[in-house]
Amino acid sequence: MERKLLTYEEKDTWIDKLCGVTKLVFFLCWSVTSMMTYDTRVLIVMLVLSLIIFKISRTRWDQVGSVFKFILLFLIINIIAIYLFSPSEGVKIYGTETILYGTGRYALRAEQLFYEFNIILKYFTVVPSIFIFIVTTNPSEFAASMNRVGISYKVGYSVAIALRYIPDIQGDFRKIRNAQMARGIEMSKKGRLVDRIKSTTAIIFPLVFSSMGRIDTISTAMELRSFGKHRKRTWYMARPLMRNDYLVIACSVLFMVVALTVTYIDGSRFYNPFV
Amino acid sequence: MKNCVIEFVNFTFKYRTQIDPTLHDINLRIYEGEKVLIVGPSGSGKSTLSNCINGLIPHIYTGEQKGDVLINGKNTAETSLFDLSCMVGTVLQDTDGQFIGLTVAEDIAFALENDCVAQDEMKKRVDEIAGIVEVGRHLKSSPGELSGGQKQRVSMAGVMVRDVGILLFDEPLANLDPATGKKAISLIDDIHKKTDTTVVIIEHRLEDALFCDADRIILVEDGRIAADMTPDELMSTDVLVRAGVREPLYVSALKAAGVKILPEDEAGQIDTLHVEKHSDRVRSWYHKQPAPPAPVYGDEVLSVSHLSFAYDQSRQVLDDVSLSVRQGEMMAIVGKNGAGKTTLANLICGFLQPLSGEIRLNGSDISPLTIKERGEHIGLVMQNPNQMISKSMIYDEVALGLQVRGVPEDEIKERVNKVLRICGLYPYRNWPISALSFGQKKRVTIAAILILEPEIMILDEPTAGQDYRHYTEIMEFVRDINERTGTTLIMITHDMHLMLEYTDRAVVIADGHLLADGTPASILTDDVISDRAYLKRTSLYDLAHACRIDDADGFTEAFINYERTHSRGQHDGT
Repeated sequence: MERKLLTYEEKDTWIDKLCGVTKLVFFLCWSVTSMMTYDTRVLIVMLVLSLIIFKISRTRWDQVGSVFKFILLFLIINIIAIYLFSPSEGVKIYGTETILYGTGRYALRAEQLFYEFNIILKYFTVVPSIFIFIVTTNPSEFAASMNRVGISYKVGYSVAIALRYIPDIQGDFRKIRNAQMARGIEMSKKGRLVDRIKSTTAIIFPLVFSSMGRIDTISTAMELRSFGKHRKRTWYMARPLMRNDYLVIACSVLFMVVALTVTYIDGSRFYNPFV
Repeated sequence: MKNCVIEFVNFTFKYRTQIDPTLHDINLRIYEGEKVLIVGPSGSGKSTLSNCINGLIPHIYTGEQKGDVLINGKNTAETSLFDLSCMVGTVLQDTDGQFIGLTVAEDIAFALENDCVAQDEMKKRVDEIAGIVEVGRHLKSSPGELSGGQKQRVSMAGVMVRDVGILLFDEPLANLDPATGKKAISLIDDIHKKTDTTVVIIEHRLEDALFCDADRIILVEDGRIAADMTPDELMSTDVLVRAGVREPLYVSALKAAGVKILPEDEAGQIDTLHVEKHSDRVRSWYHKQPAPPAPVYGDEVLSVSHLSFAYDQSRQVLDDVSLSVRQGEMMAIVGKNGAGKTTLANLICGFLQPLSGEIRLNGSDISPLTIKERGEHIGLVMQNPNQMISKSMIYDEVALGLQVRGVPEDEIKERVNKVLRICGLYPYRNWPISALSFGQKKRVTIAAILILEPEIMILDEPTAGQDYRHYTEIMEFVRDINERTGTTLIMITHDMHLMLEYTDRAVVIADGHLLADGTPASILTDDVISDRAYLKRTSLYDLAHACRIDDADGFTEAFINYERTHSRGQHDGT
């Protein structure tokens, strides 16, 4: 079959067999830790761990590759922007100034490089965990687990349905793109970038309209089958938490506590190699 | 006297966004255990009627109403949609769009989950219902992977799981190939008999829907009930034709032969029809028909030889398909959903690359051509016009293909105007596309392809979901294009009427193989081919047989030719 980006795929791994709620707890602990800490030691440990987990989850590159490239683009824009707007941010944080090259406002400083290196690390610790979470969590279980951690099932369901529609919308996208290319709208790499950006509107319009049609149908179908009747609902796919689930949840929480303690023990969220 | 479960009392309804009421003064009673068919052209109000039964009106679609709708004696305006949905189960038209659960089991369980049924009981109930509709083996599959017929079963299970007393089917046949449609109708019939539910079917494909007997047919026309009678009585009138609903073909053929059908002929179904006393008349009519003119074509424009394709090693989608298309032909590619029809079109257009085999256009191999270059010779019109239209004005949409090719503005203007005239859209050239009807949008997409002056145009399901009037409008337009411009037309379809009435040749693809290549009449009168291609033998065959006409194929062609020449007269000037 054609490749499907960022969609759930059943794989026979222990990660796959965990409850959705376990994965959600892990994902939340992991992201919180990664967002709070600027401690390079913690970040490097997290990076190594996330690569190992990525490997164990057997997530394939073609499931996430193009999204990853897209995020990478953002990362590059992000670090360039930091440099442009605040080229001596690192100096403020670490309290020393080591000029490596050049003079004036845009002089290249070791502190700045180190600071931006930490930001890159943060991206690389969070992104794999997002991917793993999405491609190993059965969307229907996803809604059930969000409900379990206290989020309204309506919110959970709308997210789950959005996830489920990703493959359909990708299919529509491909169909529309093909038809528009046959009409002569250049979308291959041969065309100029400006033309290609312009021509994407030729896909977006039809795509939005056909997706709105889908939304209309599904909401009617849900309404007619009493979605939202009670404040609670039961779940066909609900699974009880198993030994592995408790272990993973415990490890996640423990890891978060340890990582944040290590980070804040010296009173700053930054690890300072310069003093 | 049985209980009245659905009752409309002097009911009038106007949507909030519309000026005139969609339904006028409806009085209707449907009794417990009845099976009722509601027919009518698009825009007649039959869908509105169905939305009133399941409570979407007035709870979701608001408007002004006079009079009452009572379901099991309860006024829909005063009963919540949740309570109504426990009494009326609705199976929507779009078999793909209505799936909510990720697996079949979850989808069936959805309503139970919302009712807070405990997990054990839910599983028991799902197994039981899945058994009734025979999808037990697929509980863990994703609904999207199932065949069209199985999908329909799953959606039925999803509403039957709550023990509803009334089952409402909104155009159950719209997305099914003829053979699957036939099975769906028998399944509905089966459930109706087994469970004693009241069944209401909204459909415009009357002949297919009548495959199993119905107690009554209600014809809706312009928001009013134009007829409410048994199928046998209805066939003896001409209200269907006047309302723009297609009669069963055998009924049209009988009428063409000058037979006056009476209720006691039991013409509601071909199996019950008493044809003996009319057979002489039909035979003599047949012998008087002129031989259909043999179509004339030009040279070969497209040849496909030994074409094979697979997404991966395990599943061959097309296997060694060869065919030749001549200039000016109107040809149909038919076969069940997923047989490989669309794949063939995608290969011809260059969206996919073949595993082996060759495609030649005017004698030269097209494999080096890009999608864009092929698009100048072979145009593709997608099934849903909304998937093609990217501009807001008609002129811009049609001009797009020339603009991106750098054609000078003067020439574009001239060519767009010419195409708009051919397509009957010239008066609307400065209109926004959003103001057009579905059929007119379809014309815009055809015009947008025609402007590139392709030798071949491929139309994917050009009439899917269209009622008889719009079907005729689109197809007459397409035929006109073929006659005026000599464009070769290849239509991917599973509409048997379309292939009979508008094509000279049908290529049947089944499970990736080319199964047959011949006249539509010969294919639709051949049981073996029809079965394998998930088509249905045309009722004209049965009529010919019953009238002791040996050449059923010839009879079918003669009748279609008669229809063509006569309907031509009616449609000229529109």
